[in-house]
Amino acid sequence: MGDRQSLNRSLTAIGVFVVVYVLVVLLIDNSYYRLMLTLVPIWATLGLAWNLFSGYSGLVSFGHASFFGLGAYTATLLQIHFDVTFWFGIPCGMLVGGLAGLVIGWPTFRLQGVYFALAMLAYPLAFLYLFEWLGYQEVSLPMKRENAAYYMQFDDQRAYIALTLGLMTTAMLISLFVEHSRFGLSLVAIKQNELAAEGVGIDTKRWKLLAIVLSGTIAAAAGGLYAKVLLVVTPPTVFGMITSAQALIVTLFGGVGTFWGPVIGAGFLIPLAEILHGEFGHILPGIQGVTFGIAIVIVIMLAPEGVFWKVRDRFRLGEGKAEPAPGFTAAELAPPPDRAVTSGQTVLDVGGVSKRFGGLLALNQVTFQVKAGEILGIIGPNGAGKTTLFNVLNGYYPPSEGGVRFLEQDLLGLKPNRVCRLGIGRTFQIVRAFPRLNVLQNVVVGAFVRAENDRAARRMAEAAVARVGLGGSRLKQAGGLTTKELRLMELARAIAPRPTLLLLDEPLAGLGHEEVEELFPILQRLRAEGITIVIIEHTMQAMVRLVDRMVVLDHGMVIAQGAPAAVTRDPAVIEAYLGKKWAAHAQN
Amino acid sequence: MSELAIVAESVLQALSAGLLIGCIYGLMCLGLSLIFGIMRVINFAQGEFLMLGMYFAFYAMAAFGALGILGPLVGPFVAALLAAPALFVFGYLLHLLLVRRVTGVRAVGTEGEGHYAQLILTLGISLIVANGSLVAFGSFPQVVKTPLSSTAWELGPLYGDFVLVFVNQARAWSSLVSIAAAIGLVLFMSRSALGKSLLAAADNPEAAIYMGIDVDRAHRIAFAIGTAVTAVAGGLVATYYPFQPYVGIEFVIIMYAGVVLGGIGSVSGAFLGGLSIGLVQQLSTLVLPIQLQNAAIFVMFLLVVMFRPHGLFGRSAERT
Repeated sequence: MGDRQSLNRSLTAIGVFVVVYVLVVLLIDNSYYRLMLTLVPIWATLGLAWNLFSGYSGLVSFGHASFFGLGAYTATLLQIHFDVTFWFGIPCGMLVGGLAGLVIGWPTFRLQGVYFALAMLAYPLAFLYLFEWLGYQEVSLPMKRENAAYYMQFDDQRAYIALTLGLMTTAMLISLFVEHSRFGLSLVAIKQNELAAEGVGIDTKRWKLLAIVLSGTIAAAAGGLYAKVLLVVTPPTVFGMITSAQALIVTLFGGVGTFWGPVIGAGFLIPLAEILHGEFGHILPGIQGVTFGIAIVIVIMLAPEGVFWKVRDRFRLGEGKAEPAPGFTAAELAPPPDRAVTSGQTVLDVGGVSKRFGGLLALNQVTFQVKAGEILGIIGPNGAGKTTLFNVLNGYYPPSEGGVRFLEQDLLGLKPNRVCRLGIGRTFQIVRAFPRLNVLQNVVVGAFVRAENDRAARRMAEAAVARVGLGGSRLKQAGGLTTKELRLMELARAIAPRPTLLLLDEPLAGLGHEEVEELFPILQRLRAEGITIVIIEHTMQAMVRLVDRMVVLDHGMVIAQGAPAAVTRDPAVIEAYLGKKWAAHAQN
Repeated sequence: MSELAIVAESVLQALSAGLLIGCIYGLMCLGLSLIFGIMRVINFAQGEFLMLGMYFAFYAMAAFGALGILGPLVGPFVAALLAAPALFVFGYLLHLLLVRRVTGVRAVGTEGEGHYAQLILTLGISLIVANGSLVAFGSFPQVVKTPLSSTAWELGPLYGDFVLVFVNQARAWSSLVSIAAAIGLVLFMSRSALGKSLLAAADNPEAAIYMGIDVDRAHRIAFAIGTAVTAVAGGLVATYYPFQPYVGIEFVIIMYAGVVLGGIGSVSGAFLGGLSIGLVQQLSTLVLPIQLQNAAIFVMFLLVVMFRPHGLFGRSAERT
């Protein structure tokens, strides 16, 4: 998380690393080892680019060779055809790479998981054939006798090392700042649970696009320098499978989701493969590929998180110290003034909503209103359509008929993150946590929607965590929480952006009797602080004590609504819950 | 000859080539559909299995030649079929030693049901096998020699004196063998007790455990069969297509495109999917330069996964 301290520590570590690298370069004057020291940062940079996108967001790209190759070919062809220097050609290549990220990402993000990975594989292969067909099977960069430096051509190999090292350091710094910003945290949230991320107001598509554009730009820069260092470009070397694979392998080997990963991976694997190739290449021509293959098989079997995390877990020196929780003013807890509502005003107007799944009519002409300041219970037996209703209100499904208005704004066609932005918070029946983040980070992700900056988001998250009474567990990992704590954490995440309306999907499920008793006062306090609450439950008992009004759903239809006392005596409701026989009983 | 006749002739020519090649693609897709379509194991090394089938057929033929047992006419097809038992063992061991650690019941509930780990593990396997083959077999392109490759049946003239269609005999026999193998496999999977238990174990490992099926063993066998079937297709391709150790990557996309197009989880759909890919590839040569025919397949693959993720023939099995 955006702790200044750890940011500074990482900056120092990067500084030390660069100094050590430079010292090593100064000590070595064998040209073969110098070439290796040039190549390591190039592959590390490609790995960093891959990590920036795939490592943080969890969308595995098998196609980073596309960006690498476009960067290499753009700079090379600009020099060959137009005599443009690489100093300008590489930035042009980066532009092309970034643009390719946009053009590739936009349609490909429609795909999920494996399909995304496979589709990404197809792009560089298509480029490979395209460039061969265009007649660029082998493009060599000519030697420039005059103005060598202008063409980025140097006699001293160390100049190239300086260039590639500079590029890698830049990529490390970019990664570091992404890790410590809302950008990085949003990507991590997407990786852990994309639906939940969308539900707490993260515009997932936008962040993913931004990530792939940035990643493509950096990968293209690495490709451009690679062309300059090797002086010859062929489609298989820059667009080939092994190039995409190398980006992924150095990162996975070193550690996913940290900028040290690709650097460690490249620093170890590239020299190993090169040395083996140098020693045995003439008798064992595919030795490099075999090395990478074995490395990745070993990693996935023994340390699927990569070397960095394995080592760090081993030498872990206790969690960060808990800072005292800050105090809050009343103004920080109330909904923002621009969305203040007067008591009794209609907050949510659900008008004739129906939802069909094929032949199944899950919701049938559902109509009701939610007034400001009330707690409204939506109850009904299992399968009555309660969660479907929330999913429609929330924007996960479009309604088949009817419409939903929130404070006079039509919600039709809005994505969940937009709905969240308007001031509707939501929790899920099955808690959708981000398990690898701690409680506070989970909640911060929810606060981004309304926060002007990362610092404000953190403060809003602290406030929300305190409001639900989780202050003591702020720094615990979400993966290790009890059911009650998870429910509270999700509640905190939903209220962090200070919503006007809160939709709670079975918040009592899985809780014991006493835990339910602890939750009630929290919900009542939230209401007192100005949040309107709609809550789904299937157990009537608990609800009767909590809610002001009830809407009863059965088979997708509203069968009763009104005050709890009246609703529980309604024969239709008793019948829905207990069957006809008991309905007759209850009458007597 | 009229313009129309020329066009008709090239269309018919592409159509017949597409159908023949498509049958072989159908067979290799069938192999992948057992592994990916039904077991949901993302296998990146499927192309390398195909490549191993090619080399197996190549060396088996060389051995036959030395022994003089089978003539050059029947030999290549026997060699291709013999790749099945050899690669069955290979697939069996591969699953036993590596793949099972990231698949099946173990993968249920892990991140992305283990797909992430499978992709990366099989990428590693594919790199090792492809580059290892470079060491073992060299980079010189090979082809299984048979006189059938250079002989063709002449169909026609279909229209007056014009419109002749040439059917390459190597491809024709290969596609017949493919169809026979495909029918045999589909019958085995749907009729025999073993086949049914394999399907059950692959489709829902947890449920199959409670039906008393040894799921681990069933997975191993299904994986091995998938490997063997694709390898046979490789041996058949080898009769008309020059290959080298890196050839797998060209076919892995074809196979995934075919399986997705045919509808994931449908065995017979996979064959039809492969057939369609073969047709598209050959028909694309009518409008695109020949170097771009593989690029056309990649574009088609992208279009399929984006717009028909449930396939052309498959029903929408899951709601997203």
